Formats: sequence, structure tokens, C-alpha cells
Amino acid sequence: MFEIGLAHYLGVAAILFTLGIFGIFLNRKNVIIILMSVELILLAVNINLVAFSVHLQDLTGQIFAMLVLTVAAAEAAIGLAIIVVYFRNRGTIAVEDINLMKG
Amino acid sequence: MISLNELMPALPEIVLACMGMILLMLGVFRGDGSTRSVSWIAVLVLIVVGVVLSSVQNGRMTAFGGQFVVDDFAHFMKWLIIIGSSFAILMSINFNERESIARFEYPVLILFATLGMFMMVSANDLISLYIGLELQSLSLYVVAAFRRDSLKSSEAGLKYFVLGALSSGMLLYGCSLVYGFAGTTSFEGLATLFKSLGGTGPSVGLVVGLVFLIAGLAFKVSAVPFHMWTPDVYEGAPTPVTAFFAVAPKIAAIALFIRVLVGPFGVLIADWQQVIVLISIASMVLGALAAIWQDNIKRLLAYSSIGNIGYALIGLATGTEAGIRGILVYMTIYLAMNVGTFCCVLAMRRTGRMVENIADLAGLARNQPLMALALAILMFSMAGIPPLAGFFGKLYIFLAAIEAGLYTLAIIGVLASVVGAFYYLRIIKIMYFDEPAEVFDRSMGREVRAILVGTTLFVTFFIVRPDIIVEGAGTAARMLLAG
Repeated sequence: MFEIGLAHYLGVAAILFTLGIFGIFLNRKNVIIILMSVELILLAVNINLVAFSVHLQDLTGQIFAMLVLTVAAAEAAIGLAIIVVYFRNRGTIAVEDINLMKG
Repeated sequence: MISLNELMPALPEIVLACMGMILLMLGVFRGDGSTRSVSWIAVLVLIVVGVVLSSVQNGRMTAFGGQFVVDDFAHFMKWLIIIGSSFAILMSINFNERESIARFEYPVLILFATLGMFMMVSANDLISLYIGLELQSLSLYVVAAFRRDSLKSSEAGLKYFVLGALSSGMLLYGCSLVYGFAGTTSFEGLATLFKSLGGTGPSVGLVVGLVFLIAGLAFKVSAVPFHMWTPDVYEGAPTPVTAFFAVAPKIAAIALFIRVLVGPFGVLIADWQQVIVLISIASMVLGALAAIWQDNIKRLLAYSSIGNIGYALIGLATGTEAGIRGILVYMTIYLAMNVGTFCCVLAMRRTGRMVENIADLAGLARNQPLMALALAILMFSMAGIPPLAGFFGKLYIFLAAIEAGLYTLAIIGVLASVVGAFYYLRIIKIMYFDEPAEVFDRSMGREVRAILVGTTLFVTFFIVRPDIIVEGAGTAARMLLAG
């Protein structure tokens, strides 16, 4: 029978990671989408860590994944707070309008 | 059970964390009126932490099951970070009050960021590396957007957040690959594994992981392919915050860079040396060329810091003891020069409003000769004119590069610093030879003036006793490579 091995998990994680990166760079609409892309990247990392952890029979990877989850929550909270502050000043959170400073 | 003695190496961090939380409570209960006292207590806490740091320091020690390491290298770097952070708090006290953004969160956030940097410098495991880095970054995102009713500041915070989160993600992806292909996250475990590899070389997965790790760290030091955020964040953030960004996080990130690459990945130098050489050359060249067209002094300093990181990375590319020592000396001098320059930027204020254009400095020598003299000394030092400290920083780095046989790198470095000298000297020309602009307000503030005088004296008289710092840096570098 067809078995799902380590390589499949890594493949899924790599695809998610790439989607996340492209989501940040190609998205021209909304900053919230960038926030979602960041989450996607972190989840790809978590899939990697858990898959490796099971493959290696080593718990460190799962502990790492737990910590990544916690930090991801804190990061999302701060990201949303900054977006709220920005929205109050600018009245929009469209990516193409974030252009006060050239760069 | 863990005995208390095992936690002793982390005592400075524990003190810092507890005091940060106590100050947060104090601020919450006493309200914004307590900002000034919270700021001064925060500076006091940093000094106490420094004293504790030096008193527990005794050779190489680990804590938390080997996740956390303290050695002379960490000791040296932590002192630089303490100095950078306390200057950032001192510089902010008057500035924040005048700009009516004096809130007690600022010193508290700086303390937490400092704690994160301490963890980064002492990381001995991929997990503690990530946690330290995030603690530092999360505090910094908030400080960048600290002037929350200003569009510029919140835009700076947003840009810093998005690119910082992206870089953390890349770094983490690299960590996960390294963990998977090496089977361990501990730096010691990685080091033994790579030594046992012998001639076969690392697997492709490990090299890919290492490249992601380097990309993530390069973001944090703002080395060239990943520097886009620097000028915008420097321009948008309030000036004391920019001064903080220019020194402490850069020092912590370069310390982490050194610890990761020279420590566990030291055996694989052939795999990462090319990458570091490349980003070092790109940073130096961009830092020198892009700054020429800048009108805003904060943007100019952003490009200057990109260039400076390029020089520091030369030392890392050598991977030798002399190279590491060069970086440590360089970062010390870089700290003094940058803090001093930002003190002058803070003083650029007309009728109560900040001005940031280089042209506004015109004729400063006639209006405020002493400040012009200090800024001129700092600029000469940045340009690397001999008797001043900046020259020695570059000298040690280039000597290390030549010893290690990286001639191309050293030559490009010297050429880039010649080009870079142009825009530093242009500032001096504007101050001394242009028609005077309007006078700046004469209200620099005692703290800022003291810091400016202190850093200028350090830069001028470094030549008298360079051995104090060079020897400390030498011991630190030796210990890092031995450990």
C-alpha cells in the first residue's frame, strides 16, 4: 500500500512555506493577508518539526513546536495591535497605500 | 529537581526579568506621571544587572540543561548591550516629554528587549536562540510604533513587523531543517556531530537549513540583500528609538551570528564563508554608495549602519580569533560613534520641532561651535581618519582579513570606506563652510549632553589606551573558539 512518509510531510511544509513567502511579497491588497501568510510560514515550520520529531523518535521537536505556537500567538497579537494603530492614522490598511517613506 | 546553584549563571537575566515586571506594575498603578521615575529606575536596574553580571562571571558556565551559556564572549557583548540600552533610555527622557509621548511603557519595553538580547547572546540551543530573538523583536516592533498618533512611526512599526516576522519565519524554517537532519538542537551536539562527519561533508538538508538560518540572521543585522527595512524604520521611528535600533539590537544580532557560525557550524566554514563574504561586500558597497544621495540624516545613518555591518561581517568571514576580536572592538567603537551622532540628531530642533535634513546643519560651527566640533570628531571617526577610534576599528578588521588571506575582501573594504568618507566629510563641510541656517533651540538636556561629551571623549582618546578594550575582546574571542 501507499504509505505517507517523512518526505510527504516535508513536501507539504515546503509548499506551505513557499505560499507564505509569496503571500507576503505578491499580495497588493490587505495587510491582514500578510499576517495570515506569516502564520502560514510558522505552521509550515511546525509541520516540519513534528514530522522530524516522530521520524527521529525525539521529543525535542514537539517541544520546539509548542514554543513556536506560543510565540506565534504573541506575534499575531502585536501585529494586529500595530495594524489597528496604523489604521487609526491612515484610515486604510491596503498594502499599496503604505508608501509614506520610499523603500 | 534543579538546585538554585544551577540557575546562578542566569542571575542577571532573572533580575532583569523580575525588575521589568515590577516596573511595569509600578507604571500601571502610578500612571503616566511616573514615567520619569520609571525611566531612572530602569537605568539603575541596568547598572545593577551589569554589576551582577560581572560578579557571577567565572569562566564558561551553562544553565537550564545546557540551553544557556555564559562565557567571556557573552559577558563582553552583554556589557555593550547594557550601555546601549541605558543610553537609549537616558536619551528618551527629555525627548519623549517634549514630544508628549512620555509613557512608562518605553523604559519597560527597552528592558524586555534587553532581556531578549541577553538570551540571544547566551543562546546555546536553537530553541533558546529563537525565544531570545522573538522576545527582542516583539518588544522592538512596539517601540518602533511608539509615537502612535504619528503616521510615520506607525508605518515604521508596520514595516518592521512584517519584515521581522518574515525573517523570523525563515530563521525558524532553517532551524527546523537543521534539527531534522542533525537530530539535535543543542549547539554542543551539533558541533560534535559536524566534527564526526569528517570528509563526507554535511547533507544537503543541513546546508539548506544553514542558508535559511543565515538569511534570517542577516535580516536582523540588516546586511544587504535583506536591508530594505532599515532606512524606513530608522526614518519613521522616534529618534531615541532609532538610536537604540542602531546599536543594541545590531550588537546582539551580530553576537548571535558569531556564536552560531563560529560555534556549532565552525567546522563547516567552507560552506558558509562564501555566503558571508558575498553579503559583506554587498553591504559595504551599498552602504557607501546609497548614502551619498540621502538628504535625511536618519536615513543617511541607516545606510551608514548597513555599511558598518558589512565591515563587521569581514571579521566573521575570516572565522579566526583575530577576526572575532576585530568584530568585538569594532562594535564597541561603533556603539560610541553612533550614540554620539544620534545625540546630535536629537539636538536638531527649531522652535520646538524636530528637523532632520542634513542641510539644516548648515553653519552649525558658527551657531554652536562645541556641538559642531563634537559632531565633526564623530564624523571623522566614522570616516576612519587615523588618530580617532573609528580608524582602529577598521584596522583590526582589515588586519584579520589579510592574515586570513581574504585580500579581495580587505581591498573592497578599504575602497568602500574611502567612498563612504565622502558623505561623512560632506556633513562637516556643511557645518563649517555653508551659509548658516537658523539657530537650533539650545535645550539639549543634561543627559544627552553628558552622553555626547562622554562618547566624543571616548572616540578621541581611544588611541591612548586601546589595550583595555582590545585585551578584553581578545580574551572573549579566545574563549569562544576554545569552548
